[in-house]
Amino acid sequence: MKTVIEVENVSKSYRLGEVGTGTISRDINAWWAKVRGKENPNTKLNFVDDNKKLMSHHQALTDISFKVHEGEVLGIIGKNGAGKSTLLKILSRVTKPTEGSFKVKGRIASLLEVGTGFHPELTGRENIFLNGAILGMKRSEIKNKFDEIVDFSGVEKFIDTPVKRYSSGMYVRLAFSVAAHLEPEILVVDEVLAVGDVAFQNKCMGKMNEVSKQGRTILFVSHNMQSLTQLCTRGLLLKDGMVSYDGDIQNAIKSYLSNSIETTGPKYNLSELKDRKGTGLMRFVGLEIYNNNTLSNNFVIGDDMELRLKVKAFKPMRNISIAIHIYRYDELVLSNIENIDSDFVIEKVEGEMEFSILFKNLHLYPETYKLGFWIASTDSQEAHDHLLFCAEFNILEGSSLVKRRLLKSGGSVYLTPAWKQL
Amino acid sequence: MEKDEEWTLIVKPKSHWLDLHLKDLWEYRDLILLFVKRDFVSVYKQTILGPLWYIIQPLLTTITFTIIFGNIAKISTDGVPAVLFYLSGITMWNYFSECINKTSNTFISNAHIFGKVYFPRLTVPLSIIISNLIAFIIQLLFFLSFLSYYCYTNPTIHPNRFVFLLPILILIMAGIGLGMGIIISSLTTKYRDLRFLIAFGVQLLMFATPIIYPLSTLSPKQKTIILANPLASIIETFRYSFTGVGQFSWYYLAYSFVFMIVVLVIGIILFNKVEKSFMDTV
Repeated sequence: MKTVIEVENVSKSYRLGEVGTGTISRDINAWWAKVRGKENPNTKLNFVDDNKKLMSHHQALTDISFKVHEGEVLGIIGKNGAGKSTLLKILSRVTKPTEGSFKVKGRIASLLEVGTGFHPELTGRENIFLNGAILGMKRSEIKNKFDEIVDFSGVEKFIDTPVKRYSSGMYVRLAFSVAAHLEPEILVVDEVLAVGDVAFQNKCMGKMNEVSKQGRTILFVSHNMQSLTQLCTRGLLLKDGMVSYDGDIQNAIKSYLSNSIETTGPKYNLSELKDRKGTGLMRFVGLEIYNNNTLSNNFVIGDDMELRLKVKAFKPMRNISIAIHIYRYDELVLSNIENIDSDFVIEKVEGEMEFSILFKNLHLYPETYKLGFWIASTDSQEAHDHLLFCAEFNILEGSSLVKRRLLKSGGSVYLTPAWKQL
Repeated sequence: MEKDEEWTLIVKPKSHWLDLHLKDLWEYRDLILLFVKRDFVSVYKQTILGPLWYIIQPLLTTITFTIIFGNIAKISTDGVPAVLFYLSGITMWNYFSECINKTSNTFISNAHIFGKVYFPRLTVPLSIIISNLIAFIIQLLFFLSFLSYYCYTNPTIHPNRFVFLLPILILIMAGIGLGMGIIISSLTTKYRDLRFLIAFGVQLLMFATPIIYPLSTLSPKQKTIILANPLASIIETFRYSFTGVGQFSWYYLAYSFVFMIVVLVIGIILFNKVEKSFMDTV
């Protein structure tokens, strides 16, 4: 595949504090001090980093390298301050890298904000032309697309009215429509999709999909995991100005989300927990949570979760039953699972034993869930060990199986029954 | 290994100071025209008189000057009717002062757009020069209508063959306005002080230009000083070519032309240098 963007070792640093002094007199002052070999009298702002070193620069991007191939839709993700915007600014040539370089094949257009250059006094029609030209379209191109743009925006009636009389929704819709009809080989998009009502947002997503299907390359920055999974083929995860993951979008999102949630696990030593009930004849000693054979307690809907639970019997025990409780974040019991439910019989436990419990195809809403364990002899039903909320696992957003945004408060169990019209 | 020629764009942290991207400017010619249209159309929207203001402004200034400098201060106008004398100077001067005033805050007043989209930044000051040219032409036509009236009634007023120099005069005026404007706009990204200085400075410069007085009233020493101002010979040539009163010298005109070239080159280089990094400092 053809490489259309090649970013090589790009770094960007910003000076901290005031850049320059802003007035000639103070600059002359500083210069005079320098001539006499004295300290700049205007240097007041010094920043100290964690290592108590004097810092005068902020490193927004460090040594970023990646390539984008033709037709790829690259999602750029990262927390606020990770350097996403700086990277986009460099790629869209608003600012220059401090070090490194990048090369581009074809026309590159960037959409860091919709409606850039809209003039309130001009009519919708005039602004379409102006905005289009600012974004790099030729007059003739805009003319050809004019009807399409107006049609898409849905403001036909007001096209000859100054945009200052538009409602904010109309304004944004018109602005996005112009942007959506750009036809560069490479499109750089910041989170502009978060505009308009739901219907218009869907329209925008559809348009973006269409653009990517035409084989054009898109670089897309968003916090919306839903649209990222829908659109992107590849993910670039930035962390503290560095590339922390580059590859499959699902993995990038998973890695991003798991970094952004602070939870315990996925390995638990249960033997030392004080907060437990029961006879003490048996004990849960360890728990490991696996996602597809890798140690992790982060999942998305559709993943398989395996719990590996270690139990220790201080003397040989017969006919044992183990229960697993899944709690919601508010400690409401969602499910109580016993080994007998799955026709699994534990006849005897001697010393340490490990069990694997596999939950296939998890269907829980994105949320953090807690686990509790209970062990008893089947005949007496008296608990030997009982642990409440001793472990956690996370269901994250961004599953490819989910076609809409699942709100945390929207439910707990995600069911997908079969539908048909009768 | 792919060759460099295949890339349409290569961005490096530092580029040669003569790497001016003037070709980009041509690519974006449509944008320049649309900026011109925007500037022209938006200024007088929701005004009753609309583009008539282009005529009212110089007219009112001329009346003021005629009363204060002509009737009260009784400054000589070299035999030219006072109204015509002042109007000729004001018409030409207005173009220059508008160009320099408006281009001088290119970076600061467009920071919000420049921070979001890339396009050759020079399109903005260029479009200002062109939209002011339209205003200038309206004012020029106004001046010409006055002139034809005076030509008819006053036999001493007669335009001569030097009127054909007008395009060159306009070019020099626009060039100096643009050059100085972009130098100032580049410097104001760092030194905001200059913004206050510029309005004042332009006004001061007007008095150093033969607009309210003819060159002929000056002593030889004063004349040398005034003619060091590259705008002086332009105003004087303009007035001379249309009214036949005043002086003309190829020598001084050439001086203005060279001055324009120098200012423009310095301006463009400086502008290009600032353009690359100003988003981080503004």
